[in-house]
Amino acid sequence: MFRELNRAMWLSLMLSLVFLNLVCSLPAMAQETHVGKLTGHADAGKKSYQRWCIGCHGPYGDGNGENAPWIDPKPRDFVAATFKCRSTPTGTLPTDQDLYNSVARGFTNSNMPHWDALTKQTRIDLVAYVKTFSDRWKTDKPGDILKIPAETPITIQSIAHGADLFQKLECWKCHGQQGRGDGPSASTLTDSKDNPIRPYNFAAGTDDSRFKCGSTNQDIYKIFMTGVDGTPMPSFNDVIQPNDAWDLVHYLRTLQINRHSKENEVLRAAGGKIPKIETKDAAPAAAPAAQPDAKPQGGRKR
Amino acid sequence: MVSTKLFAAFVLLLCPSLLMAGSVSGKVTFTGTPAKPKTIDMSKEPNCAKAYTTPPMTESVVTGPGNTLDNVVVYISAGAPDEKSAPSQAVTFEQHNCRYTPHVLAMQVNQELKVVNSDQTSHNIHPLAKVNREWNKSQPPGTPPLSEKFDKEEFIPVKCNVHPWMRGYFAVLKTSHYAISAGDGKFTLPNLPPGKYTLTAWHEDYGTQTADVTIAGGEAKDVDFTFKAKAY
Repeated sequence: MFRELNRAMWLSLMLSLVFLNLVCSLPAMAQETHVGKLTGHADAGKKSYQRWCIGCHGPYGDGNGENAPWIDPKPRDFVAATFKCRSTPTGTLPTDQDLYNSVARGFTNSNMPHWDALTKQTRIDLVAYVKTFSDRWKTDKPGDILKIPAETPITIQSIAHGADLFQKLECWKCHGQQGRGDGPSASTLTDSKDNPIRPYNFAAGTDDSRFKCGSTNQDIYKIFMTGVDGTPMPSFNDVIQPNDAWDLVHYLRTLQINRHSKENEVLRAAGGKIPKIETKDAAPAAAPAAQPDAKPQGGRKR
Repeated sequence: MVSTKLFAAFVLLLCPSLLMAGSVSGKVTFTGTPAKPKTIDMSKEPNCAKAYTTPPMTESVVTGPGNTLDNVVVYISAGAPDEKSAPSQAVTFEQHNCRYTPHVLAMQVNQELKVVNSDQTSHNIHPLAKVNREWNKSQPPGTPPLSEKFDKEEFIPVKCNVHPWMRGYFAVLKTSHYAISAGDGKFTLPNLPPGKYTLTAWHEDYGTQTADVTIAGGEAKDVDFTFKAKAY
């Protein structure tokens, strides 16, 4: 009887030890990353980090590498775990895929080059190592991925409504009326570490101009809906309806005056002028053509 | 059974102070010369500028007659148990005429925070949290209040990037025993059960100070804080 009880006790002790082991290994699992069929490992990532990343992001991942004093914008501080390019809501952690994409894409208008010369495995390992610099990866989960509905047709009405939103949402306060990054607040902007920062200049660049967080229409949609955390660019997810957001995307494309795009073709076909929208919340993409007597919005130099 | 209840009632009748809550009140003052408030130039935002007949001034140091200091958060930092749940009532942070009202808003961990835009201009609400998550949301005119909460204790600077003069603070606290000195530097923390407490006073420019206080039942204690002003 006593012996049996003893055996039961041993068994339960062993079981709880196994359970404890499992629980304790959870943080270690956080040092793994997953993108598609790839699995990244922090140990492998550390070696690559020390070769490719340490110079700017520093040995502690705080963005204070030996090159940092000469770099503007400053290298990302992985300890703060605030990331610009996310498919997740403002204030939440990005997904592994978001970080993986950022490493490959690099950050245009900054010193961060694109690292697509590294193998996919190296990049995913690097992401795993970057995630070891902050405990947030152990306590928080990435936010829910933004749902992006199918793109609406690119029409002059869509562009016109987007232009109206650009005014109403006051994007021009920072980005300027022509999207040149010269709005009235532009010169006062600072990032979350109080370093001066410039709003994106849509008109600069040529046919290959890119945004920090990508180059497709979906990327633009994502950028203003989730915001660019750590910078003055807020999230508009709570205030823009999905179809309206596509209209804004279509308008923003026309601000990239040197870039070939369907949006610029549509605008050119309409005589290069964006019809003005009078009503407050009319004119989704499917709405009938703007009134024939609508005043054209100031001619823009092209 | 009945006799036990009777006895308890008798004891309470004799010593009512056992049940009665105490309080701490006091005054916050400063020594030295504080920096003068600066004029805010709102000319880039005519919607807001027109609301002021006299130029608006910065609010990082607000003083009163007799060297009193406003916008100081006084709270129980030790001695009281952490609140188990947040109050159901939300606190409100208003953007009005391109200023934050109140300038310093205290709330409990996980308490609902409502952010209201009463202006005819877009604001972005950007709490520069370090312990909590930093987020940044746009709030155009006429949009409904934002509802948010913070799950960790922290003093968080809040700014609007569009209007760089807009700066306020969220004081996210684990305790429900807090007050903010207002008007004459005075504060009161009522309903304190008997006990030994540490009081902390926090000011956005002048830092923190602490004081220990012991409260017997029903006692009303006076605790004053004096900050050293910075001249710049």
